Amino acid sequence: MKDVSEAFTDKKALITYICAGDPKIDATEAIVEALIRGGTDLIELGLPFSDPIADGPTIQAATQRALKEGMNPDLFFKLAKKLPGDVPYAVMTYYNLIFHRGIERFVRDCKESGISGIIVPDLPPEEAGELHETSMRYGVHSIHFIAPTTRRERIERITRDASGFIYLVARLGVTGAREDLKEETRSLIERVKTPIPKAVGFGISTPAQVREVIRSGADGAIVGSAIVEIIAKNKDNIRRTCEEVERFTRRLKEGITG
Amino acid sequence: MNDSSERGKFGRYGGQFVPEVLMPALYELETGYLKYREDPNFQRELDTYLSDFAGRPTPLYHAKRLSREYGATIYLKREDLVHGGAHKLNNAIGQALLAKYMGKERIIAETGAGQHGIATAMAAASVGIASEVYMGVTDMKRQQMNVYRMELMGCKVHPVTSGSQTLKDAINEAMRDWVANVETTHYLLGSVVGPHPYPSLVRDLQSVVGREARAQILEKEKRLPDSIIACTGGGSNSIGIFYPFLKDDVKLYAIEAGGSGLRNTKTAALHSASLSTGSEGILHGARTKILQDEYGQILESHSIAPGLDYAGVGPELAYLAETGRIIPANVQDDEALAAFHELSRLEGIIPALESAHALAYLKKAEGELEDLIIVNISGRGDKDLKSVMELQR
Ligand SMILES: Cc1ncc(COP(=O)(O)O)c(C=O)c1O
Repeated sequence: MKDVSEAFTDKKALITYICAGDPKIDATEAIVEALIRGGTDLIELGLPFSDPIADGPTIQAATQRALKEGMNPDLFFKLAKKLPGDVPYAVMTYYNLIFHRGIERFVRDCKESGISGIIVPDLPPEEAGELHETSMRYGVHSIHFIAPTTRRERIERITRDASGFIYLVARLGVTGAREDLKEETRSLIERVKTPIPKAVGFGISTPAQVREVIRSGADGAIVGSAIVEIIAKNKDNIRRTCEEVERFTRRLKEGITG
Repeated sequence: MNDSSERGKFGRYGGQFVPEVLMPALYELETGYLKYREDPNFQRELDTYLSDFAGRPTPLYHAKRLSREYGATIYLKREDLVHGGAHKLNNAIGQALLAKYMGKERIIAETGAGQHGIATAMAAASVGIASEVYMGVTDMKRQQMNVYRMELMGCKVHPVTSGSQTLKDAINEAMRDWVANVETTHYLLGSVVGPHPYPSLVRDLQSVVGREARAQILEKEKRLPDSIIACTGGGSNSIGIFYPFLKDDVKLYAIEAGGSGLRNTKTAALHSASLSTGSEGILHGARTKILQDEYGQILESHSIAPGLDYAGVGPELAYLAETGRIIPANVQDDEALAAFHELSRLEGIIPALESAHALAYLKKAEGELEDLIIVNISGRGDKDLKSVMELQR
């Protein structure tokens, strides 16, 4: 099992998101392999929740597809165990699924299935104590967010507790592909000073944007909706999905390295 | 807002389970509220709105024929007479004014039945702030007149097509809007749900109902009531009337929607009784009692009363139910419908289907309730005429 921090060892990281079970339960493994062939450094696996308030229409639709296919936490961990160990994995999900399973059990399931990071968009540091503490005990990273609205004292407090990497929210709003990258993203990258790697996500969808955030000083770029859109477009043709996902990932990776 | 050992918590319920982007806005709202509620200008302006715009105080009405029917002394707290036809304006006007004092340019809200949407549209128009309301497409079809009412008052209504296209999804969508526009926008949440400070803020604004009722019953009966009954969706009309009685020896009944029975399918509950049958979880920013499946996915809910049709409940109610201070109970669609007809016939008051749930408990609990009872009539039934007519056919 690789640790999420290894994605940033001596390099900048491309982080890709897909929703587990979208469009079919048994497609996830093949799509993961395509992401790896394309050169992703870390995979964020979405565990779908019925009410994803931090997600835009693209990932909401993926969530719905996966839930309809019957994806659930039991299946999720079973699936995660089978995935290739070439890259580290983090799970992205909403807090109720963790809370309901039991924090200790959820973290242990992550550990045992090769997931070394937990990303929870509806869990601010005020409420994250128990998950954070339990994760540390198991050697799993609970990933913290910093947003454009986060002020200085709060940034200091969040970076102090951070582990694995810090998730910088590129702009106000939910997940989803956007054309432009705003000045606020660049200024956020500058404002957050920490030895822990900083990865930027929410609205990053093109190789040019990846290049831009990396040039602005980020250690990683997170691309989700743009990949999910490819999956949505070719729902009935997994081979085609995988080819396109691999090609697109390779282009994104050029944004990191070039 | 002086309720908890830990910030924003009621026992272990409540909290702030929201994206980091929103945290500064929640702090700002809390600070703004604490500041302005001590501000005489704000208070004076709010009082004027409550009296001259909303029409407060509302009467506490001795329902003689209903009393005779149940062999008790029954009073109705007439929130149906508030401008707009429901208690929702008490909260909406307070928050709209607060948003204005805090310098916000825009108000957003969710609505299920349309009552909170209308209250928001009215409040926003009267204080002079732009408003936009999220409403599930299913609800828009059920409540076309309410959509038009909102639009008449200059409010933009956004159809919500995600999920089950009802209240829960409208809240999701409003939160997504807020995440994107948090710097200019106030989210005017319509019940005592959501992240801190909303449950306390909305409770404080709604407790005008209980303060009035307390003074009124003391004046009329020279004593406190034995029981107070209120319907409970998110819980704002119930905590609103309960709150000033919490320290008294008064039984407080929170009546939830039993829908067509307390059963669940794989993805949906046939009811909305989160307090009576739900389990602990996190929904829309708070830890509370919710309707969820074996994995923690939120179930769709059901009620004949759109305002009760919600898979969660306010965290303070969850806490008060756990400590035994309030008594959760529920009545089914058909019982509420019967009570809707009964009050119309006996008293010449057509209650909202939501409020009819509180009334239906009079029958359900017959014999168990002591003599002096207040039922909170949270709204009037005009909005429900079409659906009741259709049911009868
Ligand atoms: C008339 C009426 N009563 C009750 C409710 C339920 O809300 P709450 O439980 O917050 O009072 C609503 C909600 O729309 C309503 O319109």
